[in-house]
Amino acid sequence: MGRYEIRLGGLGGQGIILAGVVIGRAAAVYAGMNAVMGQSYGPEARGGASRSEVIISDEEIDYPRTLEPDLLAVMSQAAYEKYIGDLKPGGILVIDPDLVKVDDRAKKASKIYAVPATRIAESLGRRIVANMVLVGALTAITKLVPKEAMENSVKASVPPGTEALNLRAFNTGYEYGLRLLKEGEVEVKA
Amino acid sequence: MSEERRDVLTGTYFVIGDVAAAEGAIAAGCRFFAGYPITPSSELAEHMAVRLPEVGGVYIQMEDELGSMAALVGASYAGAKPMTATSGPGFSLMQENIGLAAMLEAPVVVVNVMRGGPSTGQPTKPGQQDVMQAKWGSHGDYEIIALAPSTVQECFDFTIEAFNYAEQYRTPVIVLMDEILGHTREKLVIPEPDQIRVVNRKRPKVPPEEYKPFEPEEDLVPPMAILGEGYRFYATGLTHNEQGFPRTDDPYEQEKLVRRLCDKIRRNKEKIVRVEEYMLEDADVAVIAFGSVARAAKAAVKLARKKGIRAGLLRLKTIWPFPEHIIERLAESVKSFVVAELNYGQIVREVERRVDYRRITFLPKFGEALHTPHEILEGIVRSVRGGKP
Amino acid sequence: MTTVVVEKLDVFKTHPLGKYLRRGMIPHIWCTGCGYGILMGEFLRAIDELGLDPDKIVIVSGIGCISRIPGYLNLDGLHVTHGRAIAVATGVKLANPDLHVVVFGGDGDLFAIGGNHFIHAARRNIEMTVICGNNFNYGMTGGQVAPTTPLQGRTTTSPYGNLENPFNLVYLAAAAGATYVARWTAIHVKWLRESIKKALMKKGFSFIEYISPCPEYYGRRNRMRDPLDWMRWFKEKSVIMNGIDPAKAELSMDRIVVGEFVDYERPGYVELLKQLERRVQESLKKRGIRTHARL
Ligand SMILES: Cc1ncc(C[n+]2csc(CCOP(=O)(O)OP(=O)(O)O)c2C)c(N)n1
Ligand code: SF4
Ligand SMILES: [Mg+2]
Repeated sequence: MGRYEIRLGGLGGQGIILAGVVIGRAAAVYAGMNAVMGQSYGPEARGGASRSEVIISDEEIDYPRTLEPDLLAVMSQAAYEKYIGDLKPGGILVIDPDLVKVDDRAKKASKIYAVPATRIAESLGRRIVANMVLVGALTAITKLVPKEAMENSVKASVPPGTEALNLRAFNTGYEYGLRLLKEGEVEVKA
Repeated sequence: MSEERRDVLTGTYFVIGDVAAAEGAIAAGCRFFAGYPITPSSELAEHMAVRLPEVGGVYIQMEDELGSMAALVGASYAGAKPMTATSGPGFSLMQENIGLAAMLEAPVVVVNVMRGGPSTGQPTKPGQQDVMQAKWGSHGDYEIIALAPSTVQECFDFTIEAFNYAEQYRTPVIVLMDEILGHTREKLVIPEPDQIRVVNRKRPKVPPEEYKPFEPEEDLVPPMAILGEGYRFYATGLTHNEQGFPRTDDPYEQEKLVRRLCDKIRRNKEKIVRVEEYMLEDADVAVIAFGSVARAAKAAVKLARKKGIRAGLLRLKTIWPFPEHIIERLAESVKSFVVAELNYGQIVREVERRVDYRRITFLPKFGEALHTPHEILEGIVRSVRGGKP
Repeated sequence: MTTVVVEKLDVFKTHPLGKYLRRGMIPHIWCTGCGYGILMGEFLRAIDELGLDPDKIVIVSGIGCISRIPGYLNLDGLHVTHGRAIAVATGVKLANPDLHVVVFGGDGDLFAIGGNHFIHAARRNIEMTVICGNNFNYGMTGGQVAPTTPLQGRTTTSPYGNLENPFNLVYLAAAAGATYVARWTAIHVKWLRESIKKALMKKGFSFIEYISPCPEYYGRRNRMRDPLDWMRWFKEKSVIMNGIDPAKAELSMDRIVVGEFVDYERPGYVELLKQLERRVQESLKKRGIRTHARL
């Protein structure tokens, strides 16, 4: 597998950064691949915006930043507005449909998946694990990193004592992702 | 493995460069950290604050960078392998006592996670603007060793190397990272302790009565006694003779000392300098870059090759002493050079000292973000066309 | 015929304190009538009377006339940058807590350029002794105004009289957190010696202000050119007031309050660090982990 770029965008408090860490760690530590992760810092992270990006590859990763994400997952309208332009034509767009409305610009994506991560997390009792629901869904959708590696990474990355809850969220998201793959993706209604 | 080396956390991790450098320091035997928080190096200090008490080391947050660097000199003379971490504004304040460390030949390591300057500049954005300050930052003539990692793994590896150089040559060693490396997570493999090469300073071979603290051996480096061991030596930042006594009016002693401080590094340049040569064998154009920028440059070289342009990369792992002998050699085989750096012309000046400036395409960038591979590719194309776009 | 063998007098052997002096570094650079020799002598008597192992004493100094002291002593010594002695000494002490670490510094060195290091070392209660030679000006550089120059005092850079209020060093040290604070002049040699002994044995940050004659510079411009003028001033105007509030420890041409002002115990930095280290390492053992860091 060559270079694959993922960008995650949302609001502070949604766990966007941790989601990136989980994906990167799964690839780098538990799946024997290479991964590079960057995130928003300083002024960029003020005002509530949050971004993380992960590059995954079987090969050496030279350029350490995303140029044209193969996959963009957004959990806020602001992040959609800010990053949709960067998405690689033919790339994958993942949205939380309760938080993001897409428009014509989304048509450049080859596939659009709607993962109501926040709603699913709430149904599990903790809105805070929406990020792990998203990570689970991305695992199913991209099939980049084996599920087991992702689970190990979740365990190693979340605060001690919250592993079970986060794994539940991850697995629920994963199942949801599998279903989406079968049922197909969202229509763009402009 | 011995109890003593439980400090090395052998394993595979996904961490930022700041943390990797901190773990490298611990693996190299660093047990003393004095610093003052500054973005984007604070995570390094924070990690040391957690880790050093675990391994029997000392972490202290000093009142400023002047004091941090001074504390390093004291700790070094008391036998520790000390380190600090900072960024531009703090690096400026450290210069005073980096000079002291050079003069007293105290092994110390300074990590500078470079951000955009001048002054407070862009705290959370990368820069490579401290290349010259690393070399010329303190007053007077001295030489320094500066290493520049490009990956998180190298943040670990080069920090170990920095301690080894510091101990071997009794000199301050600077690790020039940048914000991207400091804040980027990547795979870090920490090897088994017995796979890690650790160098310790030379110790006196003579009894205290015969010991002269600044009497060099053949490699120009004097064996180093430690405070409290009974050597009862005196070390002064004034010009001193081999016994360590001030010789502030003696031109002969001044020349002898300054020559030795510089020559102990200059003469060993070929042993110290490390570069990565990528696709240079048949190259027409060589890109010169270091740190994070070198990764963009490598991507650009690959793109150029796809276009049929014979490009290669000379990645500087050692910035000081400058690998001019390698550039000189390269100038025989390539037609032109591209120099890409996150500043308005520092490495390029060193290259110009060896290569006619008309053969060089210079690609400055002022921070905020890294060069993209395409920006460097454009430079390569321009370069092979003899400077024309 | 008899031959008389005249042995060259070797003061390093014959003088009771000679063993503490560094061969090759004497004569010293100080002016006639300078007060620093008295201080150095009392310091040596103090370590001698305490019976401290000279191998375990480290002297650190910055830049100034007084900062030449470690050069003259046959002890481990570091002569570092102007103002940074306390920061260097902090590194020494923390890296090897078994050492007695002593800083000698001038009023400029410790309280102008190095003031920040002074207050923070006192606040942290780092186990070291700091002795300030207060001569009311910058001796080394030719007599410029200092943070201790009295109001209206004349120096080369306050030619029309000093406008700045001077620091009360003992008050400053006490407020910053020093656990031992004393002030003496060059005539209080016996008190000074006892005070140095106490300071050296203190398990915390100890500070002594030593009022030192500088006939050469401060004296020259303030009608105290003769070293004896200083001694007369000290003799006539000083009063010993042990235990008084250092805020009230006046230092002026009319009155010099000397004595011990602060002497109490609180845990030193090294002690606290060692406790912390123990706690951290026990926690590792108890939890069976190798680090608390989340890597
Ligand atoms: C950074 C720096 N600034 C200025 C000087 C010049 N300088 C040397 S000693 C000194 C002041 C010395 O006064 P003090 O500390 O009171 O010691 P004294 O000579 O009076 O004993 C100064 C300003 C210096 N050496 N370094
Ligand atoms: S200038 Fe003053 S302090 Fe310096 S040696 Fe002379 S008398 Fe002493
Ligand atoms: Mg003075």
